[in-house]
Amino acid sequence: MDKTVNNRAWFMVLPVLVLVAFNAVIPLMTVVNYSVQESFAGNVFFFEGSKWFEQVLHSDRFHAALGRQFLFTGIILAIEIPLGVGIALAMPRKGPWVSVCLVLMALPLLIPWNVVGAIWNIFALPSYGLLGRSINALGISFNFTRDVFDAWFTLILMDVWHWTSLVVLLAYAGLMAIPDAYYQAAKIDGASRWAVFRYIQLPKMRRVLTIAVLLRLMDSFMIYTEPFVLTGGGPGNATTLLSIDLVKIAQGQFDLGPAAAMSLIYFLMVLVMSWVFYTVMTREEART
Amino acid sequence: MTDVAAGQAVSTPVAARRVRSRVGFSWIVPALYIFFLLVPIYWLLNMSFKTTNEILGTFSLWPRDFTFANYAKIVSDPVWYNGYLNSILYATLNTVIAVSAALPAAYAFSRYRFLGDKHLFFWLLTNRMAPPAIFALPFFQLYSSVGLFDTHIAVALAHCLFNIPLAVWILEGFMSGVPKEIDETAYVDGYSFQRFFFKIFIPLIAGGIGVAAFFCFMFSWVELLLAKTLTSVAARPIASVMTRTISISGYELGVLAAAGALTIIPGAIVIYFVRNYIAKGFALGRV
Repeated sequence: MDKTVNNRAWFMVLPVLVLVAFNAVIPLMTVVNYSVQESFAGNVFFFEGSKWFEQVLHSDRFHAALGRQFLFTGIILAIEIPLGVGIALAMPRKGPWVSVCLVLMALPLLIPWNVVGAIWNIFALPSYGLLGRSINALGISFNFTRDVFDAWFTLILMDVWHWTSLVVLLAYAGLMAIPDAYYQAAKIDGASRWAVFRYIQLPKMRRVLTIAVLLRLMDSFMIYTEPFVLTGGGPGNATTLLSIDLVKIAQGQFDLGPAAAMSLIYFLMVLVMSWVFYTVMTREEART
Repeated sequence: MTDVAAGQAVSTPVAARRVRSRVGFSWIVPALYIFFLLVPIYWLLNMSFKTTNEILGTFSLWPRDFTFANYAKIVSDPVWYNGYLNSILYATLNTVIAVSAALPAAYAFSRYRFLGDKHLFFWLLTNRMAPPAIFALPFFQLYSSVGLFDTHIAVALAHCLFNIPLAVWILEGFMSGVPKEIDETAYVDGYSFQRFFFKIFIPLIAGGIGVAAFFCFMFSWVELLLAKTLTSVAARPIASVMTRTISISGYELGVLAAAGALTIIPGAIVIYFVRNYIAKGFALGRV
């Protein structure tokens, strides 16, 4: 759409700018301030320069948390995106069942994140939970509070349960936007089911799938509450993802410097990903 | 031309038959998925109707000793029910603030080009993506220093950090779907901007406003970390009451399950109202 050049539009943006700046700029500057200083007893500060940044970047603990974070994000993307697309393809297009499916599928998205953790905690408990009890009944020893693999299994399953619906809804919205004429043309050409998917449905879903992949990527990077309630980061540090590690460091030490430096490194990584997200999105929009 | 028309006329019943036959098999996939979604929720409900003794003593797929005691405890204990009221209050406040601030901004982004517009939009988006864990500590200090700690408005304002960018984004998507000629015709007809915006434009994007409000409410309702950091007693959210229960009173699974089950209800109600827009809404108006 052609847009009119009008710099007075800034006045319309002003309320948003003020509200978000209050919440984003002031706290971020506080973090920057802490990240270059050493504090004693919370009120005496010394300038330390880049000491905390070097310390965090060279710490094994940070590398381990970062590695776990990438592993987690990689696994859930590899499961949720294909699964979501598959389910969206199999959903009914019209009729009374559409609303039923959509409402039921959207349900996990509206459950508070700590309740999601609590639901899965109760569900997976080895002796009182349906999942834990069933797996143990099959003769496989399962205890997500003790065993590293079981903890990861439960964590991944929980995230798939929680967020696959987002991918389904996005992919479904993309599919619904394809005109019937496309399918009729494919039928006249005698196209196979796979060809219809590959050359009609997939290209038409491109834009929504880009949104889906990027949203899941970013959101999985900031996940905190669900694993915190489910496993508390344990057993040991096995499920301590970046946010959990950050909060642990910030709460466990009187010195705010390392936590602030880690916050900024974390924020910069997210910023780079946001930039990629934004560039890809605007390029997609320019194409259509 | 006649051949094409004839071909379509012939192919339509065939296509209809094929669609029907495909429906015959494919309902299994969504059905299985919905089953997978509902089993953990069923287990939560199951637990919530059991007595603590039954939970710890026996393993049963449905409550043998059916009780409402867990729910009764929540409804009668002010700490619990105030948690619900607090959460609903700040989520509603946040929705009102975020959507009303986002409406003019989204209009500006969808209709005008202005100095720094793309940078501003990107900066807004980064705040949607920023992990709340980074902001938890400075938020506590910021809101304490302006005297808003432990108030509903503090949580409502803090959640604007990610809800305003989201609302702007969704509304911009919906507004860009409204042809610009409508604006221009209205101005030619002598409408002032205010009159055009409230009488013509807002009704046109009512669906989009509904979706944006739904998302703001939803993300404010489900968020815990910031809400917990910014409150202690007076405005404590239900989610925070729940985590505290786990740590203080040992492991009252029944009450915890009942509280969890009750937190699902507001979401389910809200989602029912926007069910017709939900698919488009999740695509952020960009289909």
